[in-house]
Amino acid sequence: MNHLPLIIKREYITKVKNKSFIVMTILSPVIMIALVAVVAYLSQINNNAKREVSVLDDSGLIQSVLENTDNITYSFLSNMSLEEAKTLVEEQENYGLLYIDNSTDVDTLANHIKFYSVDSPSLTFIGSLEDKLGNYLTDLKLERLNVNIEQIRASRVRVDIAQESFVGEKTSKTDSIVKLVFGGAAGYLLFMFIIIYGNMIMRSVIEEKTSRIIEVIISSVKPVQLMLGKIIGTSLAGITQFIVWIILGGILMLIVSSVFGIDLMQSQLTQQELINQSTNTGVIAFEVQQVLVAFSNLPILNLILAFIFFFIGGYLLYSSLYAAIGAAVDNETDTQQFMLPILMPLILAVYIGIFTVIEDPHGMVSTLFSHIPFTSPVVMLMRIPFGVPIWEQLLSLGILIGTFVFTVWVAAKIYRVGILMYGKKPSYKELIKWIKY
Amino acid sequence: MGYLLEVHDVSKKFGDFTALNKVSIAVPKGSVFGLLGPNGAGKTTLIRIINQITMPDQGGVILDSEALQPKHIKDIGYLPEERGLYKSMKVGEQALYLAQLKGLSKQEAKKRLKYWFERLEIGDWWNKKIQELSKGMAQKIQFVVTVLHEPKLLIFDEPFSGFDPINANIIKDEIIRLKNNGATVIFSTHRMESVEELCDHIALIHQSNKILDGKLIDIKKAFKTNTFEIGINPFQENGFENELISRFKTSKANYKSIGDELKYNVKLSDSDSANDLLNFLMTKGDVCHFVEQVPSANDIFIQSVKSN
Repeated sequence: MNHLPLIIKREYITKVKNKSFIVMTILSPVIMIALVAVVAYLSQINNNAKREVSVLDDSGLIQSVLENTDNITYSFLSNMSLEEAKTLVEEQENYGLLYIDNSTDVDTLANHIKFYSVDSPSLTFIGSLEDKLGNYLTDLKLERLNVNIEQIRASRVRVDIAQESFVGEKTSKTDSIVKLVFGGAAGYLLFMFIIIYGNMIMRSVIEEKTSRIIEVIISSVKPVQLMLGKIIGTSLAGITQFIVWIILGGILMLIVSSVFGIDLMQSQLTQQELINQSTNTGVIAFEVQQVLVAFSNLPILNLILAFIFFFIGGYLLYSSLYAAIGAAVDNETDTQQFMLPILMPLILAVYIGIFTVIEDPHGMVSTLFSHIPFTSPVVMLMRIPFGVPIWEQLLSLGILIGTFVFTVWVAAKIYRVGILMYGKKPSYKELIKWIKY
Repeated sequence: MGYLLEVHDVSKKFGDFTALNKVSIAVPKGSVFGLLGPNGAGKTTLIRIINQITMPDQGGVILDSEALQPKHIKDIGYLPEERGLYKSMKVGEQALYLAQLKGLSKQEAKKRLKYWFERLEIGDWWNKKIQELSKGMAQKIQFVVTVLHEPKLLIFDEPFSGFDPINANIIKDEIIRLKNNGATVIFSTHRMESVEELCDHIALIHQSNKILDGKLIDIKKAFKTNTFEIGINPFQENGFENELISRFKTSKANYKSIGDELKYNVKLSDSDSANDLLNFLMTKGDVCHFVEQVPSANDIFIQSVKSN
């Protein structure tokens, strides 16, 4: 008798109807978005803090450089000594005092600029000040050396190396970045999915043990069927949750950005304008175009198919292990000792993906780990955007499926024995014995 | 009368531990079969093998003249000792689910559940969650779920635990009714008084081996020791006891009574009959108590287990 659809249906419905599941499904995107909004808002407040800076310029050269901005106002002091200025600024509780020594030589001048303040000033502030003064003094020095600045600006050359493979495929830096984002997102998604829903499967197995219904159930169905039903049912619930998250998150993003986002957009616009002013508009258009080209360069069909197969394969591989752990223990606290060996290869896979695949997507390490079944789903998903031969993908998938069949077999053995074992915390030695029963 | 269930030389090992060693039992159709044994004797393993939860290492099981196979799941109803229900699921949904797992259609399951729920007067629990019910209430539902698909073979492991006397009686009556309707029942318990009350046949398993089986009446006959419990008011107290002891193998007895008669257990030798003893006693005094001591299931259990 095939009860699999019935079991899947029950698992799915009880999961989806569960109160905490519903709450998590709805609340998670709200909390996430709220968090992002709060962080964005707070950093905006911080940026908007008004800073008054006093300047004592003994050289008389700098005044024209320092223009007031929204956040920083400069007040220029004159006819006083440095000591007097320091006392005054401290009394006025200004952000700080910028002191420029008098010197006709530009290099000496540059080495004798000082900033006095109560607390050490912010890095970005000092950085921008250094930039401004540096640019100005460079120009000044060039001028004194009788060099035409306009000519120098005009003769600046921008180099963009066009990359092409021997078979004629055009690639670019942007390409690599787009690929990386794609692969990284796929790998990371799988990683998260395994951890969240693997745990859910494990808890559901433990629940059946603790409520002691298990013996009633397995007098009607085969343990393997029950296990697969659980895995599939829970996964479907997980996919449902993910879809709700994406939709809800999208809607919330829209709402939040339309309510708070106006000034965010504005500041982005002004930045854009600044860039437009300083650089050539053509460059930006070119870069946008490059991103689009990079997208179209991705092996989309291959990516989608590989994503589906590696995702399912990897997920089933790990979730069967989670189910086996759930069956082996009595309660959740006992699961710790078995969790580490599961998490290790997963974390390893993500790190290899991030650090090795970027640098050398077809190197020895990346290739090796994209074939080892416990890391292959994540690593291979990250590698595929960079172009992996089909035979290599199939080989890796074959190994993955073979291992999956094996782990399901092992997990089913452990599951079969474990679900009827109560009261003792099994050791690894015992688990191996169970497999042999 | 044929056998519904035959277990032939079934052995099962868990690692080095032997749970069952060549155990055979035969359960006649329409009987209540008591499966007895001390804790850890292997009863549960045997029951799990019959339910196809575990597979035997050796030996076979025959149900209704066919080798046991997956389709027989619907012919067996099993109430395990370790039992429970999904705590957060509603009673009705849960019962429907479990019934469907046993092969009933949804409509049929619903119809039968309505009938049983009314019968046990638990109809208004349909939409309650298990965690809202008391243990006894949950047990009732568990019982209904076990018998709902009208299996040929019912296996009850400690069915009365968790019930108050009134509900235990209701369940007992239901078991008898099911038996009268043609079901065969395997009954595993440590409560010997319910064995006396319900079982026609018993099998006793001890340390993985079957040490005893047969009709309860036959076993009792085999175990009786020709011992009689007597109460007598002798005409002459002096010398009576010595005379009795010299004539028969006698020990002091202790049973509850309202008089102050002398109480003895008398074990007859092979050459004596009950009448010989009674005739002797009647010449010596007024006999007010004369009962053959039939061994109870409890006595048989303890005696068999200890002697092995």
